[in-house]
Amino acid sequence: MASSYDYDDGLYDSRPYPSSAGGQQGGDLGYDPNFVPDSVKTFVVHLYRYIREKNVYEILQMYEGSFQRLSERMFRDSPWPSVEAVAPYVDNDHVFCLLYREMWFRHVYARLSPTGRQRVDSWDNYCSLFSVVLHGVVNMQLPILWLWDMVDEFVYQFQSYCQYRAKLKNKTEEELQLLKQYDQAWNVYGVLNYLQALVEKSMIIQILEREKEGLEQFTATDGYDYQGGSNVLKMLGYYSMIGLLRVHCLLGDYHTGLKCLAPIDISQQGVYTTVIGSHIFTIYHYGFANLMLRRYVEATREFNKILLYILKFKQYHQKSPQFDQILKKNEQMYALLAICLSLCPQTKFIEENVSAQLKEKYNDKMLKMQRFDDEAYAVFDELFSYACPKFITPSAPALEEPLINYNQDAYRLQLKLFLYEVKQQQLLAGVRNYLKLYSTISIAKLATYMEVDEATLRTILMTYKHKMHAVDSDGKIICNSDLDFFIIDDIIHVIDPKARKLHGDYFLRQILKFEEIIAELDRVKLD
Amino acid sequence: MGRELQQQVSFTVEQLVAVNPYNPDILADLENYVNEQVLSQTYNLDANLCLLRLYQFEPQRMSIQIVERILIKALMAMPAQDFSLCLFLIPEQVQMEERFKTLIVLSHYLETSRFHQFWEEAAKNRHILEVIPGFEQAIQAYAIHVLTLTYQKVPRPVLAEAINIEGLSLDKFLEYQAANNGWVLEKGGSRTQLVVLPRNEFNHPELRKNTSDGIPLEHVTRIFPVLV
Repeated sequence: MASSYDYDDGLYDSRPYPSSAGGQQGGDLGYDPNFVPDSVKTFVVHLYRYIREKNVYEILQMYEGSFQRLSERMFRDSPWPSVEAVAPYVDNDHVFCLLYREMWFRHVYARLSPTGRQRVDSWDNYCSLFSVVLHGVVNMQLPILWLWDMVDEFVYQFQSYCQYRAKLKNKTEEELQLLKQYDQAWNVYGVLNYLQALVEKSMIIQILEREKEGLEQFTATDGYDYQGGSNVLKMLGYYSMIGLLRVHCLLGDYHTGLKCLAPIDISQQGVYTTVIGSHIFTIYHYGFANLMLRRYVEATREFNKILLYILKFKQYHQKSPQFDQILKKNEQMYALLAICLSLCPQTKFIEENVSAQLKEKYNDKMLKMQRFDDEAYAVFDELFSYACPKFITPSAPALEEPLINYNQDAYRLQLKLFLYEVKQQQLLAGVRNYLKLYSTISIAKLATYMEVDEATLRTILMTYKHKMHAVDSDGKIICNSDLDFFIIDDIIHVIDPKARKLHGDYFLRQILKFEEIIAELDRVKLD
Repeated sequence: MGRELQQQVSFTVEQLVAVNPYNPDILADLENYVNEQVLSQTYNLDANLCLLRLYQFEPQRMSIQIVERILIKALMAMPAQDFSLCLFLIPEQVQMEERFKTLIVLSHYLETSRFHQFWEEAAKNRHILEVIPGFEQAIQAYAIHVLTLTYQKVPRPVLAEAINIEGLSLDKFLEYQAANNGWVLEKGGSRTQLVVLPRNEFNHPELRKNTSDGIPLEHVTRIFPVLV
């Protein structure tokens, strides 16, 4: 049920927020928050029982299946019954009520349009829920899908609130009053500190460290606790590291974002890959941050891996409420991959099927981007705007001055700085194309070909070297380019990338492919 | 004694950042820490980003002078991309201020290796840059870094332009580098002197070849089941 809403529909920020007029409609048309249909009664009673019994399998069935089905059948245009109305059926259990409300709000965000009031109330609910987890002793065992959805939704609602708050122009008096009165709701410090507290309290970083030394199991059990303990704090802490990466990306702080994710080794399978939404969001933000940090090879490698994964497995998620999300992020990551490869051409990392998809989607645009003329910038602009996260301005709105919309400011800044980077690299594709043709060439000759003077050419060559060498997180210089050269006096010596083509990986892939075919054939029974 | 004290202070600020990355109360400490980095010629990106983040959350508390110092220190950290990391966090209307525009132009020249223009522009803005100890040396180190990525042997005038040192001072500089960093001077054909820069895997790509041609173990492990 999580995230059946569309995060980034089409162009940047086209998602409407009909908060004032249309927002309440669902509520006015015969919705009685106190009426609890039998099916809902059965649902909460069972869910409550399974949670108490720690029956993770059944909880998951109800969470993934029943809630979705009931929402589809009975609550298409109205909220679920209020928590007060269902509380009597679940012994007024405080924690269960918090969980129920969390789902209640999620459903409102997904299917209806939350009002300003509901946004504030949802924030309060998260505060209570996380406080219980952080301070109280929670002994539940919940499906990790649910725990991922909680962190995912928390960050989404924060982002959504920032966008909502930044559009001051059409706010009603009442909404403005609400913004003033609840200025702590979805406060950026609060959001970050909750995520940070979950990471710290859960000791997840230490757990992952201990796991490396073989002292503790985490990945093997997908974070579940089979010794009668609870997985809630531990997994919320784990997913909060991904949440922090996301929030920092939304703020434009890519360096800090990657630092928050660092305890998770994304070069390997891990718990983050178990839930597909988590897997995709992690890699999307990881790749995007690396792209902005000019670590194109790293971004390309991870995009390639996840796109291949989606290509292979998306058919199994067709019924998932997150399927639209998966497809959307899939498309966005192809756009980001196209950007990476245009700035830093690579062949050896791209799997054949991914490469074919990429060609089908973006061949024309990639050819245009390679030209680095005005039309090329338009394409870089278009793809970036389509594929970037929904950047936010975290500071509180200035409610006194003439009311303006500033919801696009953060996005415009990131776009501008990105295009600035593209512009700095504009001559590199040209020099690259010439260098490919030679093993040695003099500076004078290349300068004539490129129609620049020798001094300028030397700066272009140095820029090529500088831009193609990124500094990694340890401060080490890494080479991103497969076409390399060096200069002695005024002769350029080119290292032919073709001579360095790697056959090993190709053979490895083919061996695996044949093995799969042979296994397939073995399974065929001839009558 | 004084030095020890300083190290202790910087250790505390680093700890502050590690423990309270999202705490508005450490803002003043972080601002002092920026000034301390300037004076003691040290640098801490994480602390500075943390401060810019707090400014981003509460723009009314932003000190333009501190932001300026952070940006200049970030320029000095090149080839690391710290300057853009900082710009990502600074609101656009603040970046439009004249003094920041100058720094952005300077960064642009460095990013595109136009050292000649850089030094010209820097000379015009001495009043901003000279208050930051070590600025010139840091940029020279960056220029040498880019030259070393690109050249095995660089003509003396190209080097001179990039590091903005000429004549006798350059002779002295070269002497020093020859004695300490293994630079060698050569006669370059008919014309000028050539400077042989130290070998590394970037100006001698063949040094890297062996490592990148290998197949990582985890790739090979994928076919183990087939081999058994």
